[in-house]
Amino acid sequence: MEIPYVVQPRPDTGIYNAKVGIWLFLASEVMLFGALFSAYVLLRVGAVPGEWPHGWLNVTLGTINTLVLALSAITTLLAWVACKTRQFDKFKFFHACTLLLALTFLCIKAYEYHDKWIHYEIKLNDGTFADGHLVEKSPDFDLGKKTGTVTLHGRTVKDETLLYDLRAQQNIELREVTVAAADIKQMENYGPWHNTYLALYFTLTGLHALHILGGSIVIGFLWGPGRKLWKTDPDHFTNRIEVSGLFWHFVDLVWIFLFPVLYLM
Amino acid sequence: MTKWFAEKVLCLPELASSNGRAVDDLMVYVHWLMLALFIGWIIYFVYALYRFQARRNPKADYVGVRNHASNYLELTVAGIEALLLIVIAVPVWSKNVDQFPPADKSTVIQVVAQQFAWNVRYAGPDGMFGRQDMKFVTADNVFGVDPSDPHGKDDIQTLNEIHVVVNKPVIIYLSSKDVIHSLKIIAMRVCQDAIPGLRIPVWFTPTKIGRYQINCAQLCGGGHSAMTGGFLIVESQADFDKWLKSKSGAVSPSSFE
Amino acid sequence: MAEFLDQFPPNHDDQHGHGSHAHHDPGFWRGYIFSTDHKIIGIQYGFTALCFLLFGFFLILLMRWQIAHPGAPVPFIGPLLEKTLGPTMAGHGAISADLYNSFGAMHGTIMIFLGVVPLAFAAFGNYVVPLMIGAPDMAFPRVNMASYQAYVLGGIVMLVSFFIPGGAAQAGWTSYSPLATSIPTHGQAFWLIGMVLLITSSLLGAVNFIATIIQLRAPGMTWMRLPFFVWAQFVTAFLLLLAFPPLEAAGVMQLMDNLAHTSFFLPTGLAVGGHLAHVSGGGSPLLWQHLFWFLGHPEVYVLILPAMGIVCEIIANNTRKPIWGYKSLVYSVLAIGFLSFIVWAHHMYLTGMGTKIATFFQATTLAISIPSVIILTCLLISLWGGSIRFNTPMLFCLAFLPMFGIGGLTGLPLGLAPADIYLHDTYYVIAHFHYVVAPGTIFALFAGIYFWFPKMTGRTMNEFWGRVHFWGSFIFMNVVFMPMFAQGMEGMLRRMADGGANYSAARVPGALDTLPDSIMALHTWILWGAVALGLSQIPFIINLFWSIKHGEAVRSDNPWHSTTLEWQTPTPPPHGNFARSPQIYRGPYEYSVPGHDTDFTPQNEPEITQPALTPVHAAGK
Ligand code: HEA
Ligand code: HEA
Ligand code: CUA
Ligand SMILES: [Cu+2]
Repeated sequence: MEIPYVVQPRPDTGIYNAKVGIWLFLASEVMLFGALFSAYVLLRVGAVPGEWPHGWLNVTLGTINTLVLALSAITTLLAWVACKTRQFDKFKFFHACTLLLALTFLCIKAYEYHDKWIHYEIKLNDGTFADGHLVEKSPDFDLGKKTGTVTLHGRTVKDETLLYDLRAQQNIELREVTVAAADIKQMENYGPWHNTYLALYFTLTGLHALHILGGSIVIGFLWGPGRKLWKTDPDHFTNRIEVSGLFWHFVDLVWIFLFPVLYLM
Repeated sequence: MTKWFAEKVLCLPELASSNGRAVDDLMVYVHWLMLALFIGWIIYFVYALYRFQARRNPKADYVGVRNHASNYLELTVAGIEALLLIVIAVPVWSKNVDQFPPADKSTVIQVVAQQFAWNVRYAGPDGMFGRQDMKFVTADNVFGVDPSDPHGKDDIQTLNEIHVVVNKPVIIYLSSKDVIHSLKIIAMRVCQDAIPGLRIPVWFTPTKIGRYQINCAQLCGGGHSAMTGGFLIVESQADFDKWLKSKSGAVSPSSFE
Repeated sequence: MAEFLDQFPPNHDDQHGHGSHAHHDPGFWRGYIFSTDHKIIGIQYGFTALCFLLFGFFLILLMRWQIAHPGAPVPFIGPLLEKTLGPTMAGHGAISADLYNSFGAMHGTIMIFLGVVPLAFAAFGNYVVPLMIGAPDMAFPRVNMASYQAYVLGGIVMLVSFFIPGGAAQAGWTSYSPLATSIPTHGQAFWLIGMVLLITSSLLGAVNFIATIIQLRAPGMTWMRLPFFVWAQFVTAFLLLLAFPPLEAAGVMQLMDNLAHTSFFLPTGLAVGGHLAHVSGGGSPLLWQHLFWFLGHPEVYVLILPAMGIVCEIIANNTRKPIWGYKSLVYSVLAIGFLSFIVWAHHMYLTGMGTKIATFFQATTLAISIPSVIILTCLLISLWGGSIRFNTPMLFCLAFLPMFGIGGLTGLPLGLAPADIYLHDTYYVIAHFHYVVAPGTIFALFAGIYFWFPKMTGRTMNEFWGRVHFWGSFIFMNVVFMPMFAQGMEGMLRRMADGGANYSAARVPGALDTLPDSIMALHTWILWGAVALGLSQIPFIINLFWSIKHGEAVRSDNPWHSTTLEWQTPTPPPHGNFARSPQIYRGPYEYSVPGHDTDFTPQNEPEITQPALTPVHAAGK
């Protein structure tokens, strides 16, 4: 006896197995990201008033990425329709688009990560702060030995709180700031450890990026080696496209929440 | 009756606070409910097993019990549970967490737990605590007292010793400097987690002069089971004042450890 | 070995389902290690889980020794401990406080996530559920295999963590931050990675079970004809599916705290070990607790529901009568499933909870006890009018009832916040939940093993040694856990590396509320009880392995004269289970149907038109 309803829907439930599976899986995904979002809410509400960062991320890039994913959602849909209507070449085209869009998204994300990675906040012994992107460290730069200098492209501020809300200060002029290791009290880049906001930013977008990556691998497989199934059993193949599409739409949806929460609010 | 049950059957240890009575009563009532259910069912259970073993009853009855008495039983259980909740549990709890005694009529203490001891702080003669702020917190200024504030000067700080006055309410502001601990004084029927970053008040009214252990009721590391140096000393007003005087000025925020 | 394996028919085709039933031998690896057959996977799960169960028990034996004889070298294996775990952890073979803590944390973790859940949910679920609903296999056989492999991987990570410098996780199975982050060992990181793997395994399993039960029910197997065990597994799967992800999220965040030095759960101004911790701060320790217990509580029902399912099946079978109130059982288990998501904070009453929230969680906690009461009541009433057979599986099930009763009833005081002030983190809690998981769930699991063993192997386990196993386990479980109630009442705290000696009258003269000697004396009693409990398992282990080859062969496919579908297949069931999909005609517990010539009417037996009219029966009337 073989496993029924792998391809054809079960009459009384009206769907095939894999579709039940993916919906259940997505339910658990909702709980996963739901927990992360509630963590975000709780930590943000609990944060010291006025110390929650604003305008730290590049909204333009964020918007582009949002559009990229939205577009990819459409192409996956079209790819599925193409399968339904038995137009395999169309399918190949749209699926390729999805794949490319996914990779575009990841590249932009990677660039944004890197931008934060080389962004330093330096606490100086005189209580002021130097903040900006790393230009260069002198060859003999060593915090421990207190030798050498480091150059940032940014600015110095008297009070750390000025660094929190950048929305108002879009047009502050940035210049080269060079500080000697001897004057440095503490030097830290904008990694997840820098503050709760960045911790959330890296964790949430990181997990989301992993989902994108996983999704692209599946899509890539179905576009490449996986397409063999089309010849033997087009219905089954179409189901796979539908299921992977459902997952993809969910991942897009998560981004639709992440974008405003992290970039705009 | 409840007292007898609490002491002789449940063997609850020494009760030495006025607020603990209600807790013990609740313990007693809920255990009555549990015993009633358990004994009742056990009797039924054993009898059923004896009467319906295959040897005595070779042919099973397709229907079995026809009446629905059990529904009433279940309803009764639910009813009693609801009663315990509404009549005792909720009021007692809100008394504990909402209705604090007036500060001026009670001994107000700050306690900050650490691995593996209890830092205790009294307002001192002026009855005012020095201003405190997170940004002053250092390893040896666990309370984050503002050194510039005069009120802070005469504050009294001790380690592992909480002195309180008998029959006078005690308010403890509880926090922790490293990991979560839990201040549990069994005889007072108080237990409250000490959570870093939070300052949570608890209160109780000791009624019996003596020396009580402070248990740490939350796993807090390798020394958890050895975090037993803390004691609560309940004494008369006179003794308390004497002790307070002996401590005055002796300890400034940054001179212990 | 080969003969030994013959008892378990390997799956005879590749997993794609379009089955070539050609009986070529897939070979040992494809057949037993990378099998996709739900029965093989079920047995893999079962065996692995039993090993972990035993290991978890060994850990607790060591802990019980330490509690009874703080600081004394562990007999026999002391030197071994020192050699393997290093002198800092086990100097001269004695268990250090840190080692005790890591044993405690790992005992809890292993017993729950590597022992009972895989056995109760994955092993029995895999083997029995598809058979019970008349399915050829699980809906996604390869996902099923992946789930098992993730589980094994997670287990390995957990085991490895014992041997890394600094040792395994030491912050309890609850892993509260900041402690979990402040301990200077990577044990916690291993624990978290292990958990992520185990969670993945459970999620894959849960998806698979639900899909299977929704999609692969045989014709005529309507929802209200499902055996209660299937219902229990169905709800359990949903609990895992929806409760585990939040813990996964929390795990990721704590991993970040540990490895990337973020501060999700670390507040500002933390001063661990003398100096201020170099973290950004701004986190919340309570956030971890909420996320943990949001899983933690549903998890405990994951431990009990499958057990209740097993008990229900076996009681129906051995009372030879229908379960009383099948419908209310189903509704109760659904109610438990739903309610278990809104009671989690009853583990957090003492974290400074306001009246409103406390009232809410007390109310839900008491509310959830009602469906449990109903389930127990139904099972107990089902005994009435039965013709009760006392075989080993039945004995374990009958013992389950009062044992779960004790464990459950002692949950009530814990559920009332003011009483919890008194009982929180005492041995009363330990006793409470061990009564539900150990003599409760574990007994049900034993019962299940004895009951379904003939289906898996075609042989029955030895009855006499089964009874020896039962009485030993029954007596010594109580010897071990009953005294803990007394200790808890006296205020003895859990997670005490010295068994509370530092709070005892002997050590602390002059204090009014020390632990009396009588309470401390119980430690020795419990220690030897636990040893005896372990010894009582030996007959079981031998019986289990011996019977696989030498047990008495069953005469029919349905040795217990059961009505449910798993007994209507060949023994052991071949790959694909049923020659063709069975047709279901009736509910699961049609025992002693008046006028029917046998005292059981299988679910797939066609309606018999007029058996009652045969002279024999006419005469009978
Ligand atoms: C299978 C596991 C399981 C089950 C089923 C339960 C069931 C219940 N649990 Fe328990 N619980 C745990 C496992 C479980 N628990 C664990 C592991 C912990 C500790 C975690 C940790 O801190 O490490 C814990 C801790 C715990 C706490 C926290 C205590 C503390 O830390 O301070 C609380 C508080 O409310 C609680 C309550 C309850 C309640 C009200 C039930 C109710 O659902 C019980 C309902 C059942 C009944 C009311 C019994 C009805 C039966 C009869 C009436 C018939 C009797 C029959 C005969 C006599 C034949 N439990
Ligand atoms: C499912 C969960 C489960 C189970 C079954 C058990 C089973 C047992 N537990 Fe445990 N326990 C926990 C979950 C569990 N425990 C948890 C969550 C904690 C809290 C940890 C923490 O504080 O963080 C805890 C803590 C805990 C403590 C408190 C430690 C402390 O606070 O310091 C103690 C003390 O006695 C204890 C004892 C026991 C004993 C004696 C058993 C016995 O019942 C064991 C019975 C098992 C056996 C006898 C073995 C049977 C095995 C076989 C038959 C194998 C056959 C093998 C093959 C065929 C290969 N447990
Ligand atoms: Cu402090 Cu335990
Ligand atoms: Cu719970």
